[in-house]
Amino acid sequence: MFWVLAPLTVFAAVGMLLVKKAVYSAILLAFVMIALAIFYIAQDAPFLGIVQIVVYTGAVMMLFLFILMLVGVDSSDSLVETIKGLRGVAITTSLAFAAALTSLIARAEFGQEPLGLASANANGNVEGIANLIFRQYVWAFEVISALLITAALGAMVLAHSPKSSEARLSQRARSVARFRGASIGTAAGLPGSGVFARHNAVDVPALLPDGKPSDLSIPSVLAERGDVQETKRYALDGLPKLDEEDK
Amino acid sequence: MNPTNYLYLSAILFSIGAVGVVVRRNAIVVFMCIELMLNAANLAFVTFANMTGNLQGQVMAFFTMVVAACEVVVGLAIIVTIYRSRRSASVDDASLLSR
Repeated sequence: MFWVLAPLTVFAAVGMLLVKKAVYSAILLAFVMIALAIFYIAQDAPFLGIVQIVVYTGAVMMLFLFILMLVGVDSSDSLVETIKGLRGVAITTSLAFAAALTSLIARAEFGQEPLGLASANANGNVEGIANLIFRQYVWAFEVISALLITAALGAMVLAHSPKSSEARLSQRARSVARFRGASIGTAAGLPGSGVFARHNAVDVPALLPDGKPSDLSIPSVLAERGDVQETKRYALDGLPKLDEEDK
Repeated sequence: MNPTNYLYLSAILFSIGAVGVVVRRNAIVVFMCIELMLNAANLAFVTFANMTGNLQGQVMAFFTMVVAACEVVVGLAIIVTIYRSRRSASVDDASLLSR
């Protein structure tokens, strides 16, 4: 099992660095984490294996994908190196580091044959871990729970956008503002999209009585996203071009 | 099978994660590579627990997971905040201090 899964894991991890899109990296990382969970379970750590799947592939990777969607799914990375020679130095250094680690592990004398966890897991893996956490490490456990709460609070503070607390105008104030605005023409509200138009899609401009398309009829959100169609080509033919005549 | 093989795998995964942190420019991918490094360390912990025959290593791996979760939550919130103000998730663009 190890010799099948370990190369796949390494391939997935290398692929994580090579693929351009962040979403593919996330999927490959999820694969690596599931493989690690299998390794944990194979090494008599069923509790950690399940926690790995639930916490990492479940919660953390979902959070990653959620943020990716927030930031833009196709936020592909430019693989251009900004500092010259950084990539070569990084790869060489970490290859050297990996070589040092592996040679250390190979030369290390662990002093004994691997004992296995049969005796430690005699009462069940969960009971064994609970025994350690709630007796020997209970203080560390409490501190870590405080850390978790602090992190959650910090995330809430950081992610809070002040926009939502802005005071909203009352209906009366808006009405007054409409009539005292730049033009009385929009006092009755902006023209709705597709009111006199040939289509009724939201990104198709309304036609004014003189046949001109109106930019005001398109929601400003669509305009900012750039999802608006060209308004000019919806103008009716054969109508006098009022604006041009005035000039 | 000899459990030291898991240690080799852990070392390799850690090195790959380290390369990713330095080479990639997207802040989210950098975070994923940090996760990979933490996971590699966890694998080493679990392997050592298996070799020494007690559960201390597993408890350490458990604590590491909690700390990693905290780190992800705060880090991603920072990324979102930076993205909101600068419209970019690249680690190169956050260079206000250098000017």
